[in-house]
Amino acid sequence: MDWLTTVDHKKIGILYLISGGFFFLVGGLEAIMIRIQLWQPENHFVSADTYNELLTMHGTTMIFLAAMPMIFALMNAIVPLQIGARDVAFPFVNAIGFWTFFAGGVLLNVSWFTGGAPDAGWTSYVPLATDAFNGGNVHGVDYYVVGLQIAGIGTLVGGINFLATIINMRAPGMSFMRLPLFTWTAFITSALILFAFPALTVGLVALMFDRLFHANFFEVSNGGNAVLWEHIFWIFGHPEVYILILPAFGVISEVVSTFSRKRLFGYSSMVFATVLIGFLAFMVWAHHMFTTGLGPVANSLFSIATMLIAVPTGIKIFNWLFTLWGGSIRFTTANLFAVGFIPTFVMGGVTGVMLASAPADYQYHDTYFVVAHFHYVIVGGLILGLFSGLHYWWPKMFGRMLNETLGKLTFWFFFLGFHLTFFVQHFLGLMGMPRRVWTYLDGLGFDDLNMISTVGAFLMGLGTIFFLINIVTSAAKPRDAADDPWEDGRTLEWTIPSPAPEYNFAQTPLVRGYDAYWKEKMEGKNAMTPAEPLGPIHMPSPSILPLILSIGLFIGGLGFMYHHTIVGIIGLLITFGCLFTRSLIDDHGFHIEPDELHDKGVKA
Amino acid sequence: MSAHSHADGQWPHEPEKATLEGRNKVLGFWLFLGAETVLFGTLFSAFLALRHQVGEGNPTPNELFELPMVAAATVILLVSSLTSVFAVQAMHLNKVKPMLIWLLVTIVLGLGFLGLEIYEFTNYVKEGHKFTTSAFSSSFYTLVGFHGAHVAFGVLWIGLLIMQIAFKKGLTVTTASKVYVAGIYWHFIDVVWVFIFTVVYLMGKVG
Ligand code: HEM
Ligand SMILES: [Cu+2]
Repeated sequence: MDWLTTVDHKKIGILYLISGGFFFLVGGLEAIMIRIQLWQPENHFVSADTYNELLTMHGTTMIFLAAMPMIFALMNAIVPLQIGARDVAFPFVNAIGFWTFFAGGVLLNVSWFTGGAPDAGWTSYVPLATDAFNGGNVHGVDYYVVGLQIAGIGTLVGGINFLATIINMRAPGMSFMRLPLFTWTAFITSALILFAFPALTVGLVALMFDRLFHANFFEVSNGGNAVLWEHIFWIFGHPEVYILILPAFGVISEVVSTFSRKRLFGYSSMVFATVLIGFLAFMVWAHHMFTTGLGPVANSLFSIATMLIAVPTGIKIFNWLFTLWGGSIRFTTANLFAVGFIPTFVMGGVTGVMLASAPADYQYHDTYFVVAHFHYVIVGGLILGLFSGLHYWWPKMFGRMLNETLGKLTFWFFFLGFHLTFFVQHFLGLMGMPRRVWTYLDGLGFDDLNMISTVGAFLMGLGTIFFLINIVTSAAKPRDAADDPWEDGRTLEWTIPSPAPEYNFAQTPLVRGYDAYWKEKMEGKNAMTPAEPLGPIHMPSPSILPLILSIGLFIGGLGFMYHHTIVGIIGLLITFGCLFTRSLIDDHGFHIEPDELHDKGVKA
Repeated sequence: MSAHSHADGQWPHEPEKATLEGRNKVLGFWLFLGAETVLFGTLFSAFLALRHQVGEGNPTPNELFELPMVAAATVILLVSSLTSVFAVQAMHLNKVKPMLIWLLVTIVLGLGFLGLEIYEFTNYVKEGHKFTTSAFSSSFYTLVGFHGAHVAFGVLWIGLLIMQIAFKKGLTVTTASKVYVAGIYWHFIDVVWVFIFTVVYLMGKVG
């Protein structure tokens, strides 16, 4: 019950982690099934229709239901701690963000049991995604449209919450140029969410109107325009990949610097590069449309703009290398993932520049080369980054250390499995194996490489299983992690107990420089100077409304999808009813008094 | 962080920002409007891309639009922006009654605007300009209708706010930030309407 009503950002972070992790397993299972289907030519493990569904749900699940929530998990758990805040700006809205994401994710997956999952690819290109191409799977794409719409609300309000938190809730002395890099990347990622997701919202609404109410946005026979969908989708979709990768950059910066026992090299250029990448992310969407036929001028401009992003990214890579250089490096699991990230991401970046060359893209387009590229960036970038961050902050989130041996097994299986899976796909692509096709003929030279790729996928699966074992066995152990378990913590989250108490900081700390905690340590102190006297702490009270609100959206979505308008309206009424109730009943919250702090501060 | 910092009975200069909650709310709302800007921007782009796809035999924008009525709706909405400013000014001076009256005037004007819009839409439908008629009509109703829905939402919101302040909570630093935020929302939908008036109606008339 506690978990259904919580508005504590640390608990919400854990909720995000559990559900994002669950969807990661679902998406991973889908990937394994795809790989089994492709392990040999002319295989009949799944039918072509099922393959389309698996492929669509794999991509959609991984991006929206696994990667994004796990990023939100880390941001929720860590950002307020890093800036010395007692809470986020909107705890209640934060809970709404989680529950709507969850409702949307469940809704998407309900489709498996009601006659067919979405099957038009995660990009849901029209006319494939329109009514006319349903086949027997009448409601498949409706689930995509409605489920993502609901989940998207959660992401958007989450982004707003982080922006407001970072702008308004920093501890005294925590100027922007002293923000830890993970917080910086969380900040820019949130800004990208703010400006990218509404475009997706409009695209989904338009597609929904076309499908449910016979509008004509993409209905070419009635004047609609299919390229319009591509523009709308990618003006959201390209920033989306930077929404995914920037937090990973942040994690790597923290981990590399902690485990090299060195200040991050080139802090201000890192900040500058992050902002620049965020800005450029909105300028390059049409590099996904080179072969659509926009013409040579548009193609050249988008080509050049895309290659420009390599500059700030290169700055980041060199700064990490210089941070490692001459440091006293400790290869903990977290750091292994971080160090493994660097060359892997560079490879993804190099193929990215190759794809950015418009004429060459006519060759690569819709082949496995593209699949290899984006998995190098997303899995080799974001997922390695997430693993790194999870191992690093696990003690702070749960009060328990993860086992290093199991952690190293996780790393090696996942890392080697990853390269085995995706490295060969570059060559499959260059040889012409098409993307999104359920099987291939014998004798084209694709057989061995596909086999290798499938073996690799299984190794990755094994790596993930080691991680799960690690979580389960550590959960049986007592919560005895030290406040600063790596002993080289540099930022504020390591100054408070593990796991962090409900109110985070008994006294708001005074920040006197970049790497605030490290600075105090270097001056021989082992704690922060408080910026305020010990006093009662005001906390928001828990609420069940966010959960009910998102159930309302869930019911409403299903209702409209199946043309039961009454049900749809009832669902929306539930949602609005919750908002209404919330605005009528003031939340006075409660206070934690100073003499309670000591009891609550010690670990359970 | 509650009203007790103003226990001396002083009405603060910027009541909406007197508490951290208030500051967060105002900032969060500005950010939300940033998202809304992208939302309407995308709707505008879709409309611009599709506005010439009228289809054989359907009424063209030029035949359809009746500028005098749309101009009247525009004036009504612009005036309602002004009255909402008066409401916020009264709030700053802690004058509850004038504030409530100006808020009331604002939503009455909003309702007037909505009435005209509904009348306009029913007329169009009679002339064969239905939601499903063409790409132009779909994008037209989506864009203008989204704005209309925003107005309707605003009316509902401010209406509830009036009731809350009048009958339950009075004007406090908490309700003050609600009034303030509702004020910026109302200006925002007004600005969007100015763009709709220009891009949809005026450009529709000149072709
Ligand atoms: C964990 C191991 C993973 C494996 C073995 C794997 C494998 C695959 C395979 C075989 C495809 C199909 C390509 C095709 O037929 O065209 C695919 C597509 C895709 N994957 Fe993964 N994947 C993995 C993880 C991820 C992750 C973590 C993400 C994102 C966060 C992701 C995002 C995508 C996307 C967006 C597509 C394209 C779907 C489409 O074209 O509609 N994958 N993946
Ligand atoms: Cu892109």
